[in-house]
Amino acid sequence: MKHDLQHRSRAHFAWAGLLAATVAPAVLASPPLPADALPGGQTTVHATGRTAFSFPLANLGDAERTRFVVGNSFFRRNWVEAPASTTARDGLGPHFIARSCGGCHVQDGRGAPPEFRKGLHDAPVSLLFRLSVPGTDVHGGIVPEPTYGDQLDNNAVQGVQPEGQIDIRYRKVQVRLKDGTRHTLLHPTYRLRDLAYGPVVPGTMVSPRIAPQLIGVGLLEAIAEADIETNVREQAARPDAIKGQTNRVWDVFAQRVVIGRFGWKANVGTLAHQTAGAFLGDIGITSPPFPRQACTAAQEDCLQAPAGGHGEQTEIDANTLEDVVFYQAALAPPARRQPGHPEVIRGQRLFQQAHCAACHRPSYTTATPLFPRMSSPAVVGQTIWPYTDLLVHDMGDGLADHRPDGRASGRHWKTPPLWGIGLIHDVNGHTRLLHDGRARNVTEAILWHGGEAQASRDFFARLTAAERSALVRFVESL
Amino acid sequence: MSTPINTSKRQFLRQATLPLWLTALPAAVWAQTPVTPAAVVRFHAELVHATYADTLAAAETLQAAVASFVKAPDAAALETARRAWLAAREFYGQTEAFRFYGGPIDDDKGPEGRLNAWPLDEAYIDRIQGRPEAGLINRRSVAITKAHLSQLNEKGGEENIAAGWHAIEFMLWGQDQRADGAGQRPASDFIDGQAPNADRRRLYLSVVTELLVDDLRSLVTAWAPGARNYRQRFEAGGTESLRKIIIGLGSLSRGELAGERMEVALNTQDQEDEHSCFSDNTHRDIVNNALGIQNVWLARCVRRDGSLLQGASPAALLTQVDAALAQRLTQQIALSVTRAQAIQAPFDREIIGGKDAPGRQRVQAVIDSLVAQAKGLVDAAAALGITRLNLVNA
Repeated sequence: MKHDLQHRSRAHFAWAGLLAATVAPAVLASPPLPADALPGGQTTVHATGRTAFSFPLANLGDAERTRFVVGNSFFRRNWVEAPASTTARDGLGPHFIARSCGGCHVQDGRGAPPEFRKGLHDAPVSLLFRLSVPGTDVHGGIVPEPTYGDQLDNNAVQGVQPEGQIDIRYRKVQVRLKDGTRHTLLHPTYRLRDLAYGPVVPGTMVSPRIAPQLIGVGLLEAIAEADIETNVREQAARPDAIKGQTNRVWDVFAQRVVIGRFGWKANVGTLAHQTAGAFLGDIGITSPPFPRQACTAAQEDCLQAPAGGHGEQTEIDANTLEDVVFYQAALAPPARRQPGHPEVIRGQRLFQQAHCAACHRPSYTTATPLFPRMSSPAVVGQTIWPYTDLLVHDMGDGLADHRPDGRASGRHWKTPPLWGIGLIHDVNGHTRLLHDGRARNVTEAILWHGGEAQASRDFFARLTAAERSALVRFVESL
Repeated sequence: MSTPINTSKRQFLRQATLPLWLTALPAAVWAQTPVTPAAVVRFHAELVHATYADTLAAAETLQAAVASFVKAPDAAALETARRAWLAAREFYGQTEAFRFYGGPIDDDKGPEGRLNAWPLDEAYIDRIQGRPEAGLINRRSVAITKAHLSQLNEKGGEENIAAGWHAIEFMLWGQDQRADGAGQRPASDFIDGQAPNADRRRLYLSVVTELLVDDLRSLVTAWAPGARNYRQRFEAGGTESLRKIIIGLGSLSRGELAGERMEVALNTQDQEDEHSCFSDNTHRDIVNNALGIQNVWLARCVRRDGSLLQGASPAALLTQVDAALAQRLTQQIALSVTRAQAIQAPFDREIIGGKDAPGRQRVQAVIDSLVAQAKGLVDAAAALGITRLNLVNA
């Protein structure tokens, strides 16, 4: 993982995006490209390689670029243990998973499960484990495990015990396609071990969640709620099994229930809530909306650990938190690669025929996000191509985590956006997909689809090798 | 008339024999003959090689000073080593204009993260105030070798920096605890019986310095003339190489120097956000970065031996297409250097205060000029007809 970290060299994107901005019109002039060549509309940057996910929106304003750089620094740089000589970024932990946002969202990209060597694996970093017990809270959300809270933190500051560790095992599952091609899928099981504060209560549910790439999240936030509701209605009217639904979640910034858009179960409504929640849960940084550490009553060492920050204030202040939210909202989707290639076009047609696009809805025109102060006017009114309906779907037994989260059941997963999927290898050096990274490439990810998506998966499994390759190539062109 | 850019490019190529409109560029000896993109690219490679070679030579002097110091640690030898570090940084700062396009310094295997990563978490390397047991140096089971420090660099977090300029800087100066000056690490930290693990501190300093020299040597090799190396491919790269040159300049101007190194520091007013915080040398880092940009733009640099290296420049190439833009950009780049020189040391005091604090205004003035020059560079790229090459190349 350390090889993916690109230290300082990432900083130049604020400039390079500017160059990309001037390029776009020239690109469109000749030769003609498909309308969906620029997935982010005018926000699209022309970027490939390791830094492809780290550029600011091509149409971002000058003053906003300064804010982008500042937000980036707080996103990427390590938080340190309190007390420390540095005062801007102290307060790590007591419990944590990573020392910075960029620790999991490496290069603003996607995490992967830990590598296995001789049957052993390192502690996962960009794969976190949510915990809960049966029941719902007042807003319909989850009930945290009483001793460990709503996630397992496998790291801690000096003098505090990490909550525990996780063992990952993969069972090999053979799949045979119609033309005889065989694929081996990895079916994971997860086991908690070395729990520092005693066993979890019986009935505890565990759900793995990989850190996704962040490009375009500001645009996803600008999709109108009405458009998401339309997706529900259109799917309800379909004759087939595809019946997506919205998750409805409490938002700490809006102070009301909103449609969930982020997280693998659409269990978070806004980037701001997601960010403040991750600061607290994953890095142990308190913020105005979440002013208290997530230590439970049973975790005495956690409760007694020194806090960082500045006296009465939280470890990250409201302005800085908003800058970090803004930074993410301003990350641009990169242009597609070879969208006009005949094989890609053929694959795009098959994608339609397989009804992939029923859930992976190609396009929207964006509206205004809920919190404009934490986003940019650049995201408004863009024709975008994210390939998601932002709804949760029953994806079958194979993928089920059996852990409900709001209105999402233990078999539900949100349709993830597909933009940037073909660049994950460039950025993060792997092609691990799905909510826990079990799929090692696009083909495996498709073959894992079940439940509402079973028919689409079966359509794919009946295709010829050339057709499957074209469909995958289309997906990887996104 | 679909793309006016291409038209002007064709024009300037055809009109190559026309007399050049000379700008205020100094010593335009090359102005007799037209400047071609190929000539600019070729000379750029020479400039890169020369600057890395000077940096390597200065780093070898540092290595010699470190060797003397660890052999017989005392205050005078420590001071000599510190001066050698400062002298070598003068050249390294200028090389940062060669970053950001995936060249030898920062391609997949490039040593940039091992050379110049910052900010570093001091406690990852050595004891700090209040934590006497902290750091790799004080864990005697940790092997201090080049290979191992390489492996430990950035392990588990981007600030877990085990190697590079700033690791050496921390070894030589120690934590900067004072408001009015640099770190005050005593030579006794390196003397057996006066500080725990002094032997390992000596070893650490020697090994990270050797690693730095190795990495710089690899860059000199990659850019050496007449070899099958990166330089050979770069020189054959035509307009694509020209695009890389400009990406390097623009990226260092806007995102890195203006953004990461100054705007963030102005925002946090925190010492951790200054580039060379142990030695309080950040003001020179800024000047040398700005100078490095100017070197590339004007294709000239002052060598370590005082001689002037000069050749076909991007500025001259642009002059043939859009003389007014070239002149404006050349002046802007010069203004950035002048304004950078006006920043007062120490930088961590310069960034403190309200909006009208003179220090903050001096820093902001550099930022403003760099932002303007980055925009000028975008215009320059367009004028030189290289924008289409920024298209994806999958």
